[in-house]
Amino acid sequence: MQWEVVIGLEVHTQLSTQSKIFSSASTAFGAEPNTQTAVVDIALPGALPVMNKAAVEKAIQFGLAIGSKINRKSIFARKNYFYPDLPKGYQISQFELPVVEGGAITIRVGDEEKRINLTRAHLEEDAGKSVHEDFHGMSGIDLNRAGTPLLEIVSEPEMRSAAEAVAYAKALHSIVTWIGICDGNMQEGSFRCDVNVSVRPKGQKEFGTRREIKNLNSFKFIEQAIKYETQWQIEQIEDGEKIQQATVLFDPETGETRMMRSKEDAHDYRYFPDPDLPPLVIGEDWIERVKSELPELPEAMQARFQSQYGLSVYDSVTLTAGKDLAAYFEATVAAGADAKLASNWITGEVAATLNREEKGISETPVSAEALAQLIKRVMDSTINNKTAKDVLKKMWESGNAADTIIERDGLKQESDAGAVEAIIDGVLADNQAMVDEYKSGKEKAFNALVGQCMKASKGKANPAQVNEILKRKLG
Amino acid sequence: MSLTDADVRRIARLARLRVSDEEVTEVGRQLNGILGLIEQLQAIDTTGVEPMSHARDVALRLRNDVATEPNLRDKFQAIAPAVENGLYLVPKVIE
Repeated sequence: MQWEVVIGLEVHTQLSTQSKIFSSASTAFGAEPNTQTAVVDIALPGALPVMNKAAVEKAIQFGLAIGSKINRKSIFARKNYFYPDLPKGYQISQFELPVVEGGAITIRVGDEEKRINLTRAHLEEDAGKSVHEDFHGMSGIDLNRAGTPLLEIVSEPEMRSAAEAVAYAKALHSIVTWIGICDGNMQEGSFRCDVNVSVRPKGQKEFGTRREIKNLNSFKFIEQAIKYETQWQIEQIEDGEKIQQATVLFDPETGETRMMRSKEDAHDYRYFPDPDLPPLVIGEDWIERVKSELPELPEAMQARFQSQYGLSVYDSVTLTAGKDLAAYFEATVAAGADAKLASNWITGEVAATLNREEKGISETPVSAEALAQLIKRVMDSTINNKTAKDVLKKMWESGNAADTIIERDGLKQESDAGAVEAIIDGVLADNQAMVDEYKSGKEKAFNALVGQCMKASKGKANPAQVNEILKRKLG
Repeated sequence: MSLTDADVRRIARLARLRVSDEEVTEVGRQLNGILGLIEQLQAIDTTGVEPMSHARDVALRLRNDVATEPNLRDKFQAIAPAVENGLYLVPKVIE
């Protein structure tokens, strides 16, 4: 039987504010335990929450960026459950009326483009952290994170493969970091994904029973967990078992998912409007101001890169994976580099080196201006492409300018026809066998001769010129 | 609508309240009394009336995003039953 997997995501994005959502304690990561807590965060009796304006503004930014409806009035609710890292005994969240509803984002898998609709995005507070190391049989609680503002973004169950789910998570990650509402740091838990997975026979309209994989904090884990879970569910059904609704955890060590709690143990959160917090009212003028301040968004920028610079869809998408990458590209072009060459260099050599060093574009030792100078030396034929790659490597290591390295190492391309001709004559004289092969019809021998000439010139000859002269001499 | 003893025990468990077998009947009677009042309210036709989340017609007050809270850990932890290495200690919980 052909099976189809149905996937929906709930993503908790930590909003990058200075202070907490309901208190003036700092949200900075990595402080000594419990040094960033206010009376509200540790739930001292009588302490009342006061809403952070920046958290609301970031929710509005997100909603506008993906074409959602911003609810002019939304309600905070108490989600009741008991856990020591939640000292109030409830989490302040939004239930019936969230701040953001609807909207959609575009994902790409291979050449396929697809729109994924969002159900909603709501504001809520994060919980603290439990440390289960052995404190004489007790658990330790750090409430620094308690009250950190979160925007929980819920998608419709519209993804049909692990690849689509990862593409969605990446697209969402790109948007929230692009508009600057979240730092996107997955190791520190700023972007955490819960993934709902179910399977059904292909063609069936009704959804199968879903299981929710909690707290995935890397794209790789999302992919692994979905693939494992999908296979597990299919095998269960084919063995005649029924899927029970459950919450599961993914174990990166084994690559497997395992049950955390079944439906019978599912929490009954008994949501009700929080009497401490009246409705959140958002005026038209606020929305208009946020709209006017939104940066150019990835999709609009991709279209502009294609029309303004003549880039391919693929390159425009690659270059807009992050705002700083797009800015780096535009700065390179502004400094005089040809746009297509700049695109090739950035998505090619520069990206490959950054990948190898596990760095982001903001950490590159070669500035956009420095890269532009290198590209200009290729454009005016001072050096050829192959030499340019070596020069980039040296720029990367030393921080020196392209011109400095070309001058110092004598890499300037030999464009004097007489000098190139002399090199070629020497190669032809030393490689009579290859010449004979070529003359007997072996085209490959020609490339070998070009290679020999380039080698003899120490890479300084212009390959096009070598080609031309060589053809003439052998012709 | 009327709550059974089993409903009362479940509600008590969710609220982490210890209700003895003797108390279940009496608590159930009280809760059912409250539900009876709500049933009277529910008899009113509210078609077209926006659900009310708050009794007072006020909007949420917002504060500027500034971190001003001093570190009061020592004061907070002075009234905590058990602390170690800056952490609050609680009975072991692993879900």
